[in-house]
Amino acid sequence: MKKYTFTEKKDTRSGFGAGLAELGKTNPNVVALCADLIGSLKMDAFIKDNPDRFIQCGIAEANMMSVAAGLTIGGKIPFTGTFANFSTGRVYDQIRQSIAYSEKNVKICASHAGITLGEDGATHQILEDIGLMKMLPGMTVINPCDYNQTKAATIAIADYQGPVYLRFGRPVMPVFTDADQKFEVGKAWMVNEGKDVTIVATGHLVWEAIKAGEQLEAMGIDAEIINIHTIKPLDSEAILKSVAKTRCIVSCEEHNRLGGLGDSIAQLLIQNDLVPMEYIAINDVFGESGTPAELMKKFGLDDLHIVEAAKKVIGRKG
Amino acid sequence: MNISDQEIKQLEEVASQVRRDIVRMVHSATCGHPGGSLGCTDYLVALYFKIMNRKPGFDMDGIGEDLFFLSNGHVSPLFYSILSRSGYFPTSEMPGFRKLGSILQGHPTTHVPGVRMASGSLGQGLSVAIGAALSKKYNNDPSLVFSLHGDGELQEGQNWEAALFAPHHKVDNLIACIDYNGQQIDGPTEKIMSLGNLKAKFEAFNWEVIEEPKGNDMRSVIEVILKAKALTGKGRPVCIILTTQMGYGIDFMMGSHKWHGVAPNDEQLAVALAQLPETLGDY
Repeated sequence: MKKYTFTEKKDTRSGFGAGLAELGKTNPNVVALCADLIGSLKMDAFIKDNPDRFIQCGIAEANMMSVAAGLTIGGKIPFTGTFANFSTGRVYDQIRQSIAYSEKNVKICASHAGITLGEDGATHQILEDIGLMKMLPGMTVINPCDYNQTKAATIAIADYQGPVYLRFGRPVMPVFTDADQKFEVGKAWMVNEGKDVTIVATGHLVWEAIKAGEQLEAMGIDAEIINIHTIKPLDSEAILKSVAKTRCIVSCEEHNRLGGLGDSIAQLLIQNDLVPMEYIAINDVFGESGTPAELMKKFGLDDLHIVEAAKKVIGRKG
Repeated sequence: MNISDQEIKQLEEVASQVRRDIVRMVHSATCGHPGGSLGCTDYLVALYFKIMNRKPGFDMDGIGEDLFFLSNGHVSPLFYSILSRSGYFPTSEMPGFRKLGSILQGHPTTHVPGVRMASGSLGQGLSVAIGAALSKKYNNDPSLVFSLHGDGELQEGQNWEAALFAPHHKVDNLIACIDYNGQQIDGPTEKIMSLGNLKAKFEAFNWEVIEEPKGNDMRSVIEVILKAKALTGKGRPVCIILTTQMGYGIDFMMGSHKWHGVAPNDEQLAVALAQLPETLGDY
């Protein structure tokens, strides 16, 4: 098992803030919009350097999304910032008609995604956003795994034509990917090559998958771990190549098991190479208040649950 | 700006042809929305054939030219006729309206040259127009952004988010027109969900507001738009409340919500066309 270490923990939303600040220096067309959550979205640095390219929208997300769509006409690249819940479910029709169907170059940047939003509870913990966004034709869906990857993804999507949903979170997590990485939209990242089981993970679950891989190694199981940061378009080739070798797969995501990464992989496998698969995901229930770590454990998203799922899926191989 | 009677007459002739296009398209498709389309024909004819500074051809970014956004997308037959008659695409596309494989979808899409934003799901166009107007400011482009909205559409809450936003951000290069025909699908707007004193509402949101009671009189329409233009660039967005008559130009369709979304049959089409001189040649 390849060793991954970290010297600090940071939140992925700060990676977004750092990426946006960088874009403020390099891309004059980038415009940022926020719905009264500057601090939560870590947009302060961009705003400080580019006050004229920041648009405060107040607590009115529907208007913000459609204003962003309008801004693209004339060549601006709007980055909207609010919580994932208010970036998707609350404004679905605006995104559907004015951004996706109208093919507008809007970057929908969503923080506090998933269960690890924590103490605010289920009203704010959206677990359906990946599904909502991936169902829109032409929408790219990205869920990076740590601070560095989120920063790199934020910078990369400015040069990527078309609507993008960029999903990140609130809690501090280990920073284990390279600071100077090049982010390639739609290209899976091989975390660890193995032969016994494929574990694909997105977002915060990548670090849990790495911890699970270390435990599996101690049990004599050689896990291949793949980071799917881009859920749509899915890197089908990387997944099919991996299962051709391991003959079983576990998908890991901080999202409802209905409609997320796991379902995209299941659909791929059904059509191409039907191997046993297990899901690590929220089991079609709403979340609740608690610390991120408590919730990850309670809802079955931590390393221990991944280890169990891996053992189970290996047992299902013929 | 002095507008001669001759010029008004020419614009009225365009409007007559556009109205013919509308009823012929809706008849051919056996569905669509003739009522509102006929009611705001004069406004769009005035914009596209007299007021707006447009460049030849179609460029999505529209830098250096005035832009128009249609929020009440169900008046698509009007929009399509206007776009076609002003050169964005051949009139030979019009028979395809609402039919399989046509670019002219039931509601406007960006696949149609001249259309910069899809609309149909109501209440989004004001925000979109504001975004485009802000983009013009970023680009130091002095051109204007125009938008059109149904009055019933103002029942969608997003309009009021946008109404709050535009004066706050000094979006003063925008002229939003409300097609104030007082009708919606289920009946008179007053009865379904009253808009109350619309002028006072927009003024309370810090907009410049001009009312024009003669929204189907070409000279009045042009004059009110020119008045609105004179109010741009002064720190506040401009709203025209344009009183129109649904179904204007065809006696049996006028003033009733019943023709909001119903197509005329063969006989009704013949009666309608007899009231609308063919001026530019039918498609």
